[in-house]
Amino acid sequence: MIAGARAILRKDLLIELRTKESVPAMVLFSVTVYVLFHFGLDRDSLDGELASGVLWVTLLLAAVIGVTRLFAAEREQGGIDGLLLAPVDRTSLFVAKAAALFVFLTAVELVAVPAFALLLLGPGLGGALPELFVILALANLGVAAVGALVAALAAETRARELIVPLLLLPLLVPLLIACAQATEPLLRQDAGPEELGRWLSLLSLYDVVFVLLSIAVFDFLLED
Amino acid sequence: MYSKSLVPLAVASVVTITTALVLVFFYAPLDADQGFVQKIFYIHVPMAIVALCGFVAGGVFAIRHLRSGDRSWDMRSYVAIHMSIILGLAVLITGAIWAKASWGHWWLWDEPVLVSFLVVFLLYCVYYPLRFSIEDPDRQARYSSVFAITAGAFVPLNFMAVRLAEKYTHPRVLSQTGGSLPGEMRLTFLVALLGVGLLFVTLWKLELTAKHASMQLKRLRNRARVAA
Repeated sequence: MIAGARAILRKDLLIELRTKESVPAMVLFSVTVYVLFHFGLDRDSLDGELASGVLWVTLLLAAVIGVTRLFAAEREQGGIDGLLLAPVDRTSLFVAKAAALFVFLTAVELVAVPAFALLLLGPGLGGALPELFVILALANLGVAAVGALVAALAAETRARELIVPLLLLPLLVPLLIACAQATEPLLRQDAGPEELGRWLSLLSLYDVVFVLLSIAVFDFLLED
Repeated sequence: MYSKSLVPLAVASVVTITTALVLVFFYAPLDADQGFVQKIFYIHVPMAIVALCGFVAGGVFAIRHLRSGDRSWDMRSYVAIHMSIILGLAVLITGAIWAKASWGHWWLWDEPVLVSFLVVFLLYCVYYPLRFSIEDPDRQARYSSVFAITAGAFVPLNFMAVRLAEKYTHPRVLSQTGGSLPGEMRLTFLVALLGVGLLFVTLWKLELTAKHASMQLKRLRNRARVAA
């Protein structure tokens, strides 16, 4: 299972490295949304609740792009048949796709979070980095699990560009609540973690539930 | 096939709902704070509970479908979710009316149950575009079941997250479990809950019967066309 997953993941990362389709688009999208928020809110710098909300809504919207593109190569080039005919089980396909999404999200955040600090954030990000890393990693895990499931659900529908955001965004509401609440005290002028444990445990619970659930139901998708 | 016991069920729901309405208007005492408006509670809360149970039932039927491969379970799951969405819309509307009458606003973001319900409702609304954008009937049933299970697991998680996000707990006018209700109110509430539950089951069976009949009709028509 691990070998199969690793092979598919390697293929996905290679495709991304060569075509550069998803990650640059997601980064570009995030920066554009920052600009939109700057004009929409008419504010030069944000802090606290507003900053955390803008950051997380932007990252999750960027994730929608990644999820929409997750099975794009397989669909357009017909590679899905090859994958389904290959003697690997669906779980390794799920693990590989979720891992690929995790890598993409991390790559996007490496650019999009500093860009946010540079463009919109009032207080510096320096002191909050370790906590922020933990929150981002847990969030990426949750988005990767839900995203891979939603991408597979939408892959066989006629209106997949429509289904992905409609399905993904409500499913991400608990994750958004936990992330935004956990990040909010870190982005205040008097930065410091506050009730961090509570939100991290909610985030971990979300991750556990959706990783297990996705593995359980993924077998029934992409069957024929 | 599905029409068995439909008539007794229908009679039972008519009787229970009529009894509930009589109890609501003539037996249950007026609420000291809210007065007459509080009576919407007897329809709003039972509908919300039944709708959530319907969503969960949709998930359970979906599990049975995936386990057995029998598509009639998917049909049961679909109709349960369909009925729950209709009830859900009624819950949101009656909730807004109640909020306006007792707190002066159509919508309150600090009422966690109402907000969670909206998120769940929005998610389940995607069931239709997902289901009807898949043509192959087997795949349609399978994918819809996966959705129903995922969304069913999402419901409690979402309620928990939204409740945690509250800055302070809203002063509870009535405990939603009915635990602190005075006796007459609790009896009325329970009868109303039973009535809405029976109505849900009746409508669910009716819709299943209708869907089954129209599918059979289509099959017979096709056969007649082939024969001719």
